[in-house]
Parts: sequence; structure tokens; C-alpha cells
Amino acid sequence: MTTATTGTAAAKAGGNAAKPKPATMAQALQRAMRDAMAEDPTVHVMGEDVGTLGGVFRVTDGLAKEFGEDRCTDTPLAEAGILGAAVGMAMYGLRPVVEMQFDAFAYPAFEQLLSHVAKMRNRTRGAMPMPIVIRVPYGGGIGGVEHHSDSSEAYYMATPGLHVVTPATVEDAYGLLRAAIASDDPVVFLEPKRLYWSKSDWSPEAPAPVEPIGKAVVRRRGTGATLITYGPSVPVCLEAAEAAQAEGWDLEVVDLRSLVPFDDETVCASVRRTGRAVVVHESTGFGGPGAEIAARVTERCFHHLEAPVLRVAGFDIPYPPPMLERHHLPGVDRVLDAVARLQWEAGS
Amino acid sequence: MDSLQQRSSTVQEPPGAVPAYRPTPPPAWQPRTDPAPLLPEAEPLRVLGTDAVADADPALLLRLYAELIRGRRYNTQATALTKQGRLAVYPSTTGQEACEIAAALALEERDWLFPSYRDTLAAVARGLDPVQALTLLRGDWHTGYDPHEHRIAPLCTPLATQLPHAVGLAHAARLKGDDVVALAMVGDGGTSEGDFHEALNFAAVWQAPVVFLVQNNGFAISVPLAKQTAAPSLAHKAVGYGMPGRLVDGNDAVAVHQVLTEAVARARRGGGPTLVEAVTYRIDAHTNADDATRYRAAGEVEAWRAHDPILLLERELTERGLLDEDGRRAAAEAAETMAAELRERMNADPVLDPMELFSHVYAEQTTQLREQAAQLRAELEAEGEA
Repeated sequence: MTTATTGTAAAKAGGNAAKPKPATMAQALQRAMRDAMAEDPTVHVMGEDVGTLGGVFRVTDGLAKEFGEDRCTDTPLAEAGILGAAVGMAMYGLRPVVEMQFDAFAYPAFEQLLSHVAKMRNRTRGAMPMPIVIRVPYGGGIGGVEHHSDSSEAYYMATPGLHVVTPATVEDAYGLLRAAIASDDPVVFLEPKRLYWSKSDWSPEAPAPVEPIGKAVVRRRGTGATLITYGPSVPVCLEAAEAAQAEGWDLEVVDLRSLVPFDDETVCASVRRTGRAVVVHESTGFGGPGAEIAARVTERCFHHLEAPVLRVAGFDIPYPPPMLERHHLPGVDRVLDAVARLQWEAGS
Repeated sequence: MDSLQQRSSTVQEPPGAVPAYRPTPPPAWQPRTDPAPLLPEAEPLRVLGTDAVADADPALLLRLYAELIRGRRYNTQATALTKQGRLAVYPSTTGQEACEIAAALALEERDWLFPSYRDTLAAVARGLDPVQALTLLRGDWHTGYDPHEHRIAPLCTPLATQLPHAVGLAHAARLKGDDVVALAMVGDGGTSEGDFHEALNFAAVWQAPVVFLVQNNGFAISVPLAKQTAAPSLAHKAVGYGMPGRLVDGNDAVAVHQVLTEAVARARRGGGPTLVEAVTYRIDAHTNADDATRYRAAGEVEAWRAHDPILLLERELTERGLLDEDGRRAAAEAAETMAAELRERMNADPVLDPMELFSHVYAEQTTQLREQAAQLRAELEAEGEA
């Protein structure tokens, strides 16, 4: 990650301050749950393997030991049962944080998610909110076998009543998860698996402030075109923006952080400045998040656009076997090719 | 290689010389305790018409009778409202009133009920306003009541999905130290759903204070029980989860009340979940949209009419001198008053605010929903001006 952090900023300002130990995204997520559980006894973590093992990615490491098995519970292996039980727990005033282990393993829970979690507030005229966080490790790039690398965000985005967020930095992993747990609405919290081990100078001892859900952030300022992206594709776009400088292209990178609610304001302000936009994500393109984003940007920024809004997405194929996934995942070159197709010379 | 050669040489020996393979249990294997206590009764438990009825509290019998009469009238009135177009649909429980009412009355006030879409009557027996209980079926809102007020979860339309909710709520209550029990109702068709399995499994593993009541009314819309399950009874399914199964005559209100009361008490004292199958029959069609003559013979329905829950109880009360013509008339008049009031209130057109469409999607409206709300408001204003 190339982003500045509170930690490094403080170190620069203080001069002599010791540089904090780098922390990983997995540690930041674990810290977010730990802090939330310590502050609020109604927060319960549950899922398959989250207790004794600490999660297959160790994101819940130590929580069962610190808070007991009633607060961090190893459940039977049944996703619909896990989420369905969480609904009942939320009805009785608890705030369950549910882990779905892997993206494609969440599908058995879709009926509970779509029919109850997303709709319960609406069905009961606000009497029964569902303060549930559904943590879903998602996306590819870690060599997982099939059913372990899906990008399922479009399914969640298409369901009214759900918030859908995904961090790209260690700091955001902490801040967004704290905000998700504090939210009175259900939040599908998509964790980019391949960024679990990304590091930052973020200090677990002085966690970043909790920001409300729904705000995109400009990760890199630029004037020529906007790369609109989120989650695992954010580092790809930042790298592409650095590489583009050699071509004379000054790219802006917007990290959405929240897919629902969608921050039209930040995105459109950026596109109006740059006049060009490429949406980048690893989910499939057809009917994917980029289709919605490109349409929104076109509707709102048509007269500012110098070129059509382009999409760089995964191919419209079932997630490929790991030995072929590098051809499927949008990389720096594919992003730069799209930028070139924006007919750069015409505008600058 | 050595072991392969060794194996091939043993194969060449004449049969009989090789000791027969006898599987031994793996080291970690420990047989579970005798499942016999978990097995349900061989026949559905009956109380009415047997010597056991002598133990029944006369006040309870009379209360059940009054509620059954009221419940039957509610069913006929609501069915009539569908014919008048006042209800989009009504899944009748005529013939099943004993399950609905006796089960609801087995709960304490602090307990929770998790009804399916067919269990309006159980909700009303628990004290819910009869009109509020019908909003889902009238179509003016999905759930017409605050679930916390009477501790009744929203009437659940997807099959069996309310069962894991009951488990989660009961589990949460126990974690908080409250002695609350959840009663979850489901039909025979619902027992085929994955959520039924997952809920029972979770409940047993967590020893959650939940009672599952299957109202086996013979049909899942048109599909008979024989095409739904190969189990000896639906109550038998309990054994596989490690909880007791009980089989009860669902038309015997006293038996249902007794079995449910025992199961609720067991759950409350930390004994864990119970699966109860109440054997009953759906006298009416699935809903007004269904033609039951396509899948069942009239004779079958008539046989069940002879085993009507109201008849069974009325006969018992009359024989014991607890009910006379005056008592019958009083119960009928009370039911008629309820029906008249229901008719009158349901015949008033509900006043709906279209702007409420955007009120309960999120705790706070998103920018997108605020824009859409503005669009609808403008459309409504334009309609008003036209």
C-alpha cells in the first residue's frame, strides 16, 4: 500500500517518534472485532472454525480465548443455519458478526440473507432492525481451488436492505468493520482475501478513527482520467497509475469502499474533473458492478465526458482454475490498455 | 512393493484361508446413548375419550373450547373475506384449530412464537389484534404488528426459514439469562427444507430452549405426505438430531396442550429442544387459489370431519357435564361478535402512505433512496393536481 497513514504522518510530524510495527489487514480486522466486543457485550462472533482455530485465515484469532465460546462460537457447518440463527439473535438484541469462510460457501445462506436479513426492517416497519455483519472473504489471486475465489458483490448489491462494503487498506479494514458492527442495518463485509497479508504502518495500538459507511475516497489525485475501483483492485489501479505516468497519463484513483450506499458525489466529482473514467474490478463484467457504476456515471456526467466510460473486469466465465487465474484477473496492463482506449490524445 | 506382493500372494490362497474382513470401530468412535428415549409414541397421543382426560383441568377444557369455536369462526370469516376481495389470500386452518390454539396457549407471556403464513390463528390466540394479523394477507403491509409487543415473529412465507430464527432467539435469551422459550411452527412440507434440518441440528447442538411443532395436515399444497418423506413419522426425524420426538393427535386439543406444555417446560428447565408432530388434516384447500378436488377424494375429507377437533372436545365436555346448550350458545355468540367486528374493520379501506415505501429500507435513507422518494413525491403531487 502506498497510502499515507495516521501512523506515518505522526512519525513524520514528531520526527523522533518510533515507527509503529506494520500490521496486516487480517490483524486489523481481528482488532476491530476485539475492540467492538470489549466495548459492547451484545457483539457476538460466530461461524465455522472461528473459535478454537481462529478462522481459516486467523482473522478471529484469540477472540474465543479472550471472550469465551459464548461470544465467539464455533457453529455447526451450515451457512443457512448460521445466518438464520443470527437473525434470531439479532431479534433478541444481540449484534452477531457472522463469518462465511469463503465467498462461494455463502450461497446456501442466500435465502436467509435475501428474504430475512435484508427485509426484516422493512417487513416490520422498522420495528425489527437487523444489526448483523456478514463477513465474506472474497475474490481470487491466492491460488484457491474452485468455489474459493468468487467475487459475489453484484448479488449483494442487487438486494435492497443490505449495505455492501469492502476495504482495500489496513486502516479501512479496521475502520469499516467497526462502522459495520456499529450499524443498525445488515452489512455484507467483503474481505479481499489476497490483501489479508498486506501491511501498513497502521498501529494496532492507535487504531484509525471509525468512518461512517458510504464514503468513497480519492487514493491518488490526477487530472487525465479516473480509475473507479474497490477492494482487491485498488492496489492494481494504484500501480497502473504509477506506471501510466511514464506515458504522460496522470490518473486519479477512487476507492469506493462502499458499494451500497454508493457515493455518487465523490465519484462524479472526480469524473467531472478528469472527463474520463474506467471502472476496474475482478468480478465478471456482464451484469456486474461496473455496469451499474458506468451507467450512473454516464447519467450524471455525460456532458463532462470526453470518452465512453470503460470497464475492466474479470471475464464472463466461472472463476477459472488457479493456474489460469492470472489471465482472468484484471492486471496493470489491462487497465493501461483501457486507459489508452480513452483516446487520450484527443483531450490533452 | 513388498506389501503389494504380499497382498497378491494372499489372494492366490484358497478361499476360507483368508480371515473375513471385520471392520473395527476407529479409535475415536464412541457409541451414543440409547436413542430409545428419543423415539416418539407408536400412535399419536390421545387424551380426549380416554381415561387420561380425568386429569385435565376443567377450566382449561372450557377455555380451549371457547378458543376453538372462535378460531373456527375466524377461519370461515377470513375465507369469506377472500371471496369479497378484502384479502388477497387466506390459508385456512379449519380442522387444525386445536394445534394452533392449544400450542399458543402452552406458552408463557415472555415466550416467543415463530409462525408460518398459515398460523394466523396461533398469533390471534396469543392476543394479537385479528386485523393486525391479516395485514400480510390483505396486502397493506407485510407485517401489521410490532413483533416485540406480543413476542410473535412476522408470519413467515418462505418455508421453514423461521425455524433457525427461533433457535437463534432462544439461544440469545439463554445467553442473557432469560428463561424464554421459542415455539416454532412448520407444516409437513416444510420438513423437507434444508432450514428445517439446520435449525433442528443447531438447536440440539446448542441445547437451545426451542419447541418445533410440525402440523402434519396431510398435504403440502397438493403433494401428500407419502411423497414428502419416507420416514415412519415426522416425529422420528428428531432421533437423528439427538432430541426427543413426540407424536400427538393434532385434533385433540387437550393432548396437544399437554405435549406442548411438557416440551416447553423441558426447554425452560434447560432440557433442550423437542420436535412435536401433530397429526391433523386441512379440511379446506391450501388457499382460495387451490382446487383440492384435483388431488384428494371427498370421502377422505368426510372421514376427517368426523374427527373434528371441536366435535371431540364438545363431546367430552358434554359427557362430563361441563357444557350445556347455554354454554354452547355463549361460545357461539362470542365468536359471532368477533366475526362481526372483524368484518366491519376489514371492510374499511386502509389508508396507505406511498411515501412509506422508502421509510424502512435502511435506518437512514441513502442518497439514492432520497432521490427516488423525491421522484415519487413529485408524481403524487402531479396526480393530485390532475
